[in-house]
Amino acid sequence: MPPPPSGSDAMNDEAPPLLEARGVAKHYGPVVALRSADLSVAAGEVHALLGANGAGKSTLVKCLTGVIRQDAGTVSVSGRASRPRSPMHAARIGLAPVFQDPALVPDLSVAQNLRLTGSSVDAVASQLDAMSLKVSFRELVGDLPLPILRMLDLARALTHDPQLLILDEITAALPSDLAERVFDVMNERRERGRSVLFITHRLAEVIATCDRATILRDGQDVGTMVPREGGEARIVEIMLGPEAARAEAEAAGRKEAEVPAPVAGAEEEEAAAVLEVDDLRVGVVQGISFTLRRGEILGLAALEGQGQDELFEALAGQRRVEGGELRMEGKGFRPRHPYDAIRRRIVLVPPDRLLALLPQRSVRENVSAPLYNTPLRWGPINMRAEGRRVRRAVDALQIDMRAARQVRRLSGGNQQKVTIARWLASGFAALLCNDPTRGIDVGTKRQVYALLRELAADGAAILFFSSELAEFPLVCDRVLTIYGGRVTAELPGAAADEATLLHAMHGLEADEAAA
Amino acid sequence: MTTVPEAIERESRLRAAQRFLVDNPVIVLVGVLVLLFVLTDLVNRNETGEPFITWNQLSTTLLVAAPLGMIAAGQTLVMLTGGVDLSVSFTATAAAFAMSWQANNSTAEGILAGLAVGLGIGLANGIGVGIFKVNPLIMTLGTSSVTFGLLSIYAGRAFEKVVPDLVSTLGSDRFFDYLPANLILWAAVAAAIILGLRYTGYGRMLYAVGDNEVAARLAGVRTWQVLVLVYALCGLFSALGGLLLVGFTNNPDLGLASPYLLQSVAAVVIGGTSIFGGWGSYSGTIVGVLILTVLGSLLTLLNAEEWQRQVIYGSIIIVLTAIYARVSGSE
Amino acid sequence: MTTAPAPTAAAAVEFRGAEPWRRALRLHGWTIAVWLVLLAMVPYWRSLSQQDFKFDVQALAIDALPLCFAAMAQAVVVISGGIDLSIGSLMGVVNVLSAREMVDMSFRQALAFSLLLIVLTALASGFTGAIITLTRIPDIVVTLGMLFVWQGVALWIMEIPGGGVPIDYSDLAVGDLGSTGIPNAAVAVFAAFLIIWVPLRWLRPGLAIYAVGSNRNSAYLSGIGVARTRVGAYLLAGVFTGLAGLALSASSGIGDPNSGATYTLNSVAAVVLGGVSLLGGVGGLIGVIAAAYVLTLSKIILLLRGTDPNYANVYQGALIILVVVIGGLLTRKTRS
Repeated sequence: MPPPPSGSDAMNDEAPPLLEARGVAKHYGPVVALRSADLSVAAGEVHALLGANGAGKSTLVKCLTGVIRQDAGTVSVSGRASRPRSPMHAARIGLAPVFQDPALVPDLSVAQNLRLTGSSVDAVASQLDAMSLKVSFRELVGDLPLPILRMLDLARALTHDPQLLILDEITAALPSDLAERVFDVMNERRERGRSVLFITHRLAEVIATCDRATILRDGQDVGTMVPREGGEARIVEIMLGPEAARAEAEAAGRKEAEVPAPVAGAEEEEAAAVLEVDDLRVGVVQGISFTLRRGEILGLAALEGQGQDELFEALAGQRRVEGGELRMEGKGFRPRHPYDAIRRRIVLVPPDRLLALLPQRSVRENVSAPLYNTPLRWGPINMRAEGRRVRRAVDALQIDMRAARQVRRLSGGNQQKVTIARWLASGFAALLCNDPTRGIDVGTKRQVYALLRELAADGAAILFFSSELAEFPLVCDRVLTIYGGRVTAELPGAAADEATLLHAMHGLEADEAAA
Repeated sequence: MTTVPEAIERESRLRAAQRFLVDNPVIVLVGVLVLLFVLTDLVNRNETGEPFITWNQLSTTLLVAAPLGMIAAGQTLVMLTGGVDLSVSFTATAAAFAMSWQANNSTAEGILAGLAVGLGIGLANGIGVGIFKVNPLIMTLGTSSVTFGLLSIYAGRAFEKVVPDLVSTLGSDRFFDYLPANLILWAAVAAAIILGLRYTGYGRMLYAVGDNEVAARLAGVRTWQVLVLVYALCGLFSALGGLLLVGFTNNPDLGLASPYLLQSVAAVVIGGTSIFGGWGSYSGTIVGVLILTVLGSLLTLLNAEEWQRQVIYGSIIIVLTAIYARVSGSE
Repeated sequence: MTTAPAPTAAAAVEFRGAEPWRRALRLHGWTIAVWLVLLAMVPYWRSLSQQDFKFDVQALAIDALPLCFAAMAQAVVVISGGIDLSIGSLMGVVNVLSAREMVDMSFRQALAFSLLLIVLTALASGFTGAIITLTRIPDIVVTLGMLFVWQGVALWIMEIPGGGVPIDYSDLAVGDLGSTGIPNAAVAVFAAFLIIWVPLRWLRPGLAIYAVGSNRNSAYLSGIGVARTRVGAYLLAGVFTGLAGLALSASSGIGDPNSGATYTLNSVAAVVLGGVSLLGGVGGLIGVIAAAYVLTLSKIILLLRGTDPNYANVYQGALIILVVVIGGLLTRKTRS
């Protein structure tokens, strides 16, 4: 984590704010994405924009940067009214956005992409250099992984030396080493008197890096505060609204009271092994072994590209196992297709929910999809039985069914719940969760943690990966760290604090930390 | 002070109406169909002094529409999976020929031969698209080319082209003067498809594969199975359509089903099924088929020259689809 | 203060996507393969033919000329992420219109008129593109509708085949370059390629077309005018379609309202065989040109073998399927 910002409390009240948005509103037909949002960013500050999924953050940013046109409200940059016609135009007047989907086209090379946008190849290269990154510009964009593309996008935005750099959930898919570079960039911007608008769901990052934070709820701004002063609790309270926050905290507390918290190193009779992985080799994975038992949540912590994705894909039948042995509930297991895995009761929640969902179909169809994945079950559906199954899963996850007709209309958090609900409805012995809380709001995250612990208490075996280190001690009984395709450490959940994890994730021994 | 919430209040009644139409798009289409009927009626009275909206004319419309309805059924299923079948017309024609050839032996053999041909071509398409992952446009283009070639060769050979009584009856007769025999068959097929799409596992899988093939795979669906079957079914329905057609014309001819290819795609699209897959229904297609059939009658009545028919036909496809896209608010 | 883990402070992270040779293979492999297939067909062709080489090459070039242009038109649209099912019909319109008007024209007048026709065709195609972009109706549907519209227009202009073109004009397609013996038809194709496509392809307009075909959303976020680019692609395709229709007139000498019918689907086939992905953003015109020649030559070879012309259709259909299946299997291997 970067050092806490200094001197940012002393805001110069006399200078006009760098960015001033008042009363911005946008609706899509009957759906109000933004009711009336005010946002004020001063020069030389790192400003967070927070809010639950569907609160309007992305819409506000898209209005500010000309991706969409707002229906009402004014925006001014350094005192002058601004109405950018497109993202590139916005960049020219000093607002440079970096969106979640990189503005790079997969079938062209990096150089061709840059040429298309009129960016100087040398300037971008030197920005990358300043971030200690190196990429050949002849690479086809489609060959590069998402984190690198994000950094390229960032580098390109920086070449305009923007007054306001807007980062839309940039750290969501970044491994911690690249995230560090982003924080360095944010600090550097602030030192130069420029500003950053930082949209994220990671509150720890906000508290560590941001001077102020504006929180949106239901399309309106509901508060601006200094993160360090209020802390996470205060932020969540504002985000959820005071009543909701209290109720939520009570519910979470109740759930935690009912559910046995992860026990650190307690003696217990060994539960039955559900999944046994023996010297697994696939892709970057060089020989990983572990046992996943009934009733436990096993965490996997790793930097980007250390083999965790291959591991999940191999276990779920999406990828051929190259070596080693797998056993599921005691019997040998070599899945060649997700169907094989699902049949053996090991199921996957993928990191990208767009991969798992049928956007135009209803919640019911999405949740019940695996039930008909074999020709034997292509016959008439018992609608009542299906309805019961689906309802049970939906209730367990507290899915908001208001937009249930088409899953694409649900918020990100609810969509993620649907991907989990489908396995509840189909049944499983082992649940593989690859970054299940990516890009969803705090309230939903907590519901997911509670649900996972509940499932484990009921006997499920869960393998859990997250790119947010703070989640591990909350959720897991044990944590394995992976580096270079091998397991480097095993820690009890309670002992899995960030520092220890980070060291193991880099392949360092705990003692080396002191050196 | 914002004006947006007020604007929304004012529009809410319109929105409610629009939402109702979105959730029931077939209603708009039926409305268009009724309008067309009325228009044709007016023109008919103008030209011949007689009304068009009579039981007899309605019955004829349905009779004429049934073969297209059958072919469009298969096309609907295929387009639900995000594909398209450009071989339906030649499959229909080939089935008709196969039937009339084998019917020299017996009616049953003839009909079976026709259906077998449809199934065979459909399976070939399904294997290409489902197993070898060939783009459906190309695959079905290829099989239609092969089919056309083989047809041309065999059509040249001398054999007695028999159209058995059963097929003729099915294709052109009406019970009680008004109930077309083929309507009964069409209704049965329609019921099977509509119910099947909604209440069977296979129906769900069709939508799933069309909506997001990757997600379907992750849910354990072996998509090749779904695809092979859907193209086989399409071939079967095309064959049925061909049999009904030849039962109507009583003459197997190379150009028997040629216009039906584009009409089948048009009917499905007009009916609201998304060409990208994952959304749509056969009930919409049925209305689309009827619209196209009545439109054909209207154009004939107007003594439209061939070129005028083409231009109008093409424009109608575009306009109707635009209206539909507007109403359903689809992107 | 948390300790920054060692690697981030000092070491640079370098990323490699794919080895350069693999990338080159993916970008150009298919094109090279198609040209090799074409070359490989030549010996077999020669062994069957009774005529001398010059005559045969001329025949091939003339026969393939309309398809080459039609395929180039289709390729531009497909690369931009669309498809155009009305190319054949529009070709027919140009064919009948030119044949009807040029009957009594001098060579110069015919040339001038040709230029006018090309402009009009581009505008017509651009009009189609505008409908697609403005109404957001899928391109398959719009171009399907336009297919009928243009077909009707062609019938209106000329009901039965007729008309004619000046001999000199016809020579542009069926003649050759004096002593060298290189067919004009081949020159026309490559000239069009070099003059019209090559300059655009590597500059912003061409890159924009590829970008929009590759990922429309990313292209938009990159600041590309997506609607403008798509309409531009249809406009450019219209230029090639105009040339295709004129090629029909010049090579056949008459106008026939149904002449363009087979070209739409054949142009799609040539595009796919030429290595252009139907998803957009991938491929180039030079491979498509080779594919058009391959398709035409395969038909000629079959006829030389004395195959029933109907069997020729069968073989061609089967050939297309085979190539696409194999191609699909191969490209999947190199991608993973």
